[in-house]
Amino acid sequence: MVNPTMSANLSQVIVKRRGSVILGPIDLTLARQGITIVLGPNGAGKTTLLKVLHGVERISSGSVDWSVPDELARQSQAFIFQKPTMLRRSVRENLAYPLQLLDYKKAEIAERVALWAHRIDLGDMLDRSAPRLSGGEQQKLALGRALIRDPDVLFLDEPCANLDARSTREIEKLLVDAQSSGTRIIMTTHNIGQARRLANDVLFLLNGKLHEQGAALAFFKEPKTPEAKSFLEGDIVE
Amino acid sequence: MNEIWAGLQAALFLVFTLDKDLVEITLRSLQVSLSALVIAAAIALPFGTWLAIRRFRYRRATIAALNALMGLPPVVVGLIVYLMLSRSGPFGVLGLLFSPTAMIIAQVIIIAPLIASITHQAMRELWAEYHDLLISLNTTKRQRIFTLIRDGKRALLTAALAGFGRAIGEVGAIMIVGGNIDHATRVLTTAIALETGKGDFALALGLGFVLIALAMLVNFAIHALSRTEREGTW
Repeated sequence: MVNPTMSANLSQVIVKRRGSVILGPIDLTLARQGITIVLGPNGAGKTTLLKVLHGVERISSGSVDWSVPDELARQSQAFIFQKPTMLRRSVRENLAYPLQLLDYKKAEIAERVALWAHRIDLGDMLDRSAPRLSGGEQQKLALGRALIRDPDVLFLDEPCANLDARSTREIEKLLVDAQSSGTRIIMTTHNIGQARRLANDVLFLLNGKLHEQGAALAFFKEPKTPEAKSFLEGDIVE
Repeated sequence: MNEIWAGLQAALFLVFTLDKDLVEITLRSLQVSLSALVIAAAIALPFGTWLAIRRFRYRRATIAALNALMGLPPVVVGLIVYLMLSRSGPFGVLGLLFSPTAMIIAQVIIIAPLIASITHQAMRELWAEYHDLLISLNTTKRQRIFTLIRDGKRALLTAALAGFGRAIGEVGAIMIVGGNIDHATRVLTTAIALETGKGDFALALGLGFVLIALAMLVNFAIHALSRTEREGTW
């Protein structure tokens, strides 16, 4: 189901809340493959940018164009929130839910749930109640639930915040696997190490504007702007 | 105190001898209030949920009105339903006045706002929790409502039980539209009112204890059937 022609084009996007601009104006073209990491201090507009791309944030002006019709674009995207939303159901039902919405056949749902439960390493917890899982397990479940539809594009908003090294590694592995099977990944993180490990290219946001962007290697080696440089060095950027 | 003892004795006597009238009255009470509950829940649960997720122009006014309707005086509801169903009223031709159906209609009107309002309160919280995920998954309105009702079933049960409690103990409206006719529309509450009026306190109290026991029994039964207390936090 992976559609290699999914790409996005933002032109002059501005998001305002209560009169003040929190994002934009932003012009951006997203390449078709790979992992894009969105960096920047708190309040820079990272989450808002992700939501704009996903189409769940109202924009005040400008336009977001996916290379496919909106409905199709939304259907083939998934979004993972910083604090994963667990349906008050079992792990199994959480995994099955996105497929049930699309009226998949029962047999196919069961098959995919089993496959993904195995992949996210929750195979022996299928009947546990999801809200009672640990933080790392919840995040893995959220990831499995997002990937079970084979999305073309996956957005993640700081998926590894508050997770320990082992959970982080498991999640990164799932992300790399998803990426190599063709899923476009766009994620925010505060973890520079994680950004270095995963990124193909980087968007650096500052005060709601796209301050710098570029290929990951070049960005980490030699940032063009002084703000990005000091951000990477761990200084406080304002 | 003597009356209360006598009442307890009367209640035990009525229950253990399976008094024919008592059984008939109790079953009618159950039939009327459970029917009202089912109909009211079928309307109010989806409506309350819909109110929680839908933003529209007069939403605040609707919610305020709903909360105000929770305190609707049963006697007035009875009066209005009476006028609607009486021979000269708009629905007079149906011949429903002084029938159990009329009592069910009145009780639906009384408890539906209560159930809808409690549902709305509970669903608002659940919706806040689920909002981002359900929007992101591109769910339709229908799917959202079904998901919330499914996962909020415990809160909905509370709403339904509150509605049932109000219905089974209600006397003002069903007295007016039912008429407390022996073997036709007499239920526990109207029978209690009648026996109290006649001065037969023992029988009135006996019926009262049966009524209380019945309400508790239904509560326990619903909890047991839906196993709400066993599944952790919901």
